Amino acid sequence: MIETVVDILSWFLLCTGGIFVLIGGIGTLRLPDFYTRLHAASLTETMATILILVGMILQAGLTLATIKLLTIMAFLLLTAPTASYALANAALQSGNSPNAQQRDDQT
Amino acid sequence: MIIVFALFLLTLLVITALAIVQTTNLFVAVMLTSIFSLLMASNFFILDAADVALTEAAVGAGITTVIFLAALMLTTEHEKPHLSRRKLNTVVITILASLIIYATFDKPRLGDPDAPVHQHLAPWYLEKTPEYMDFPNVVTAILGSFRGYDTLGEVFVVFAACIGVLFILGVKPPEGSTYNPYRSGLKHHLIPQVVGRLLIPFLVLFGLYVQFHGEYSPGGGFQAGALIASAIILYALLEGEAAALRAVPRSVLLGLVIGGATLYGGVGVVCILMGGNFLEYTVLLDNPVAAQQTGIILIEAGVGMAVCGALLSIFHAFAARPMRV
Amino acid sequence: MNLLELLGYFNYWVFAIVLMVGLYTVIAKINLVKKLIGLSIFQSAVFLMYITMDKVEGGTAPIILKGMEGNVFSNPLPQVLILTAIVVGVSTLALGLAIVVRIYESYGTIEEDEILDAD
Repeated sequence: MIETVVDILSWFLLCTGGIFVLIGGIGTLRLPDFYTRLHAASLTETMATILILVGMILQAGLTLATIKLLTIMAFLLLTAPTASYALANAALQSGNSPNAQQRDDQT
Repeated sequence: MIIVFALFLLTLLVITALAIVQTTNLFVAVMLTSIFSLLMASNFFILDAADVALTEAAVGAGITTVIFLAALMLTTEHEKPHLSRRKLNTVVITILASLIIYATFDKPRLGDPDAPVHQHLAPWYLEKTPEYMDFPNVVTAILGSFRGYDTLGEVFVVFAACIGVLFILGVKPPEGSTYNPYRSGLKHHLIPQVVGRLLIPFLVLFGLYVQFHGEYSPGGGFQAGALIASAIILYALLEGEAAALRAVPRSVLLGLVIGGATLYGGVGVVCILMGGNFLEYTVLLDNPVAAQQTGIILIEAGVGMAVCGALLSIFHAFAARPMRV
Repeated sequence: MNLLELLGYFNYWVFAIVLMVGLYTVIAKINLVKKLIGLSIFQSAVFLMYITMDKVEGGTAPIILKGMEGNVFSNPLPQVLILTAIVVGVSTLALGLAIVVRIYESYGTIEEDEILDAD
């Protein structure tokens, strides 16, 4: 009984995480300027990371793999937002001001 | 199920390769090369090559990108378009590609256990490694002992390439250059610096784990050298060149390169002096299994030192050149 | 020949295409950095072919832990060759880039035709 509940919960989390990755990917391609695109990209690296890794932890149960997955999650949650910050900062310093009115379609 | 994932990754690999050729911005091309390496590493992992995947992820996605970016900082970022001979090239490439694809139909399909590759040598290695070395990782056993001559050659190629880069670019910054090691780095960016300081000790620790646990899990000298080098390169990017050179000076790096290569060769010579052949570790100790393990740990340490020192020397040599105006 | 057997060759086809993309970059582009990028793509394609050959159906990575003695393992030999080749590849790439940097410092350009004109 409890296994079925855990299984359903973990698959729910994995699928939601997958949907967030998809939304982030579409957003990165479709949004108008650099900062909104960065916002979409950081959706994948925080929300989707948490959902998918918690789903995988529920699948793994109380094993060594769970500890490894927790470590991976800690590293990703530390590094990914830092990378986003560094990107946004570099863009701001190179004169790309956050203004949703202007469209830059350069890739 | 995994084959669908593999197909997806391989298709992405082709798309990334085409995008690299297409773009005229070299910065974009270098970033795509990094993604290409990461996809390649995932493919290697799906194909059961954990050691190679680790190496490709550390070297291809990490250090290659840094060296390319350093070179772009010193040269130019934009490629000039030109149109000569494009048709002829495309025709030649298409014909060659179709010839190679035609030839692949004679190859055994992916994962065929009866393929000629799996009949000779490999079963012997898989059978004898537990008997001769008594540790699980067959890749490390072949790398360190069965094909030790090969690895010695590779270490000396890395050594020679490092010396070549230092000859071309100079060990120290050129006379009268505007290069100031104290001005580089992200000192005014608080968040990357704090997170970097938090992570770098763990990166070095992981590198050491990969070095000394290489007999029991994926890893070894090549991966460990690349990982430790990338940790110190991260330190140099965050705190500036001067801080990184204070932590690990140029003389120490050169010492690591030379010491690593000499340690590897020296183990071979000691084997001769103790009555064996070159790199025949069994004569080192009374117990042949323990002797094999000692020899492999020693030469892996040599490989790790040489690779780490060489990659860092190359990075510092690029970083010390005067930037383009 | 059914679909799954055809898919068994997919890795080799990707190898062929990526190899040729790398070769095209080396012979058709005149920017020296782009040529080196092409060279590293070419190299990666060769790595992919070797690693494709090591796979055995139903096998695992060649790490023989206790109690796994009867299992099928993939071929360790291509892995060793490619493992060392990757590190050697990055060192030789750095050597090439060092030469490109020196060329830029002497000629002020890294386009092949402009260098030939300047000579």
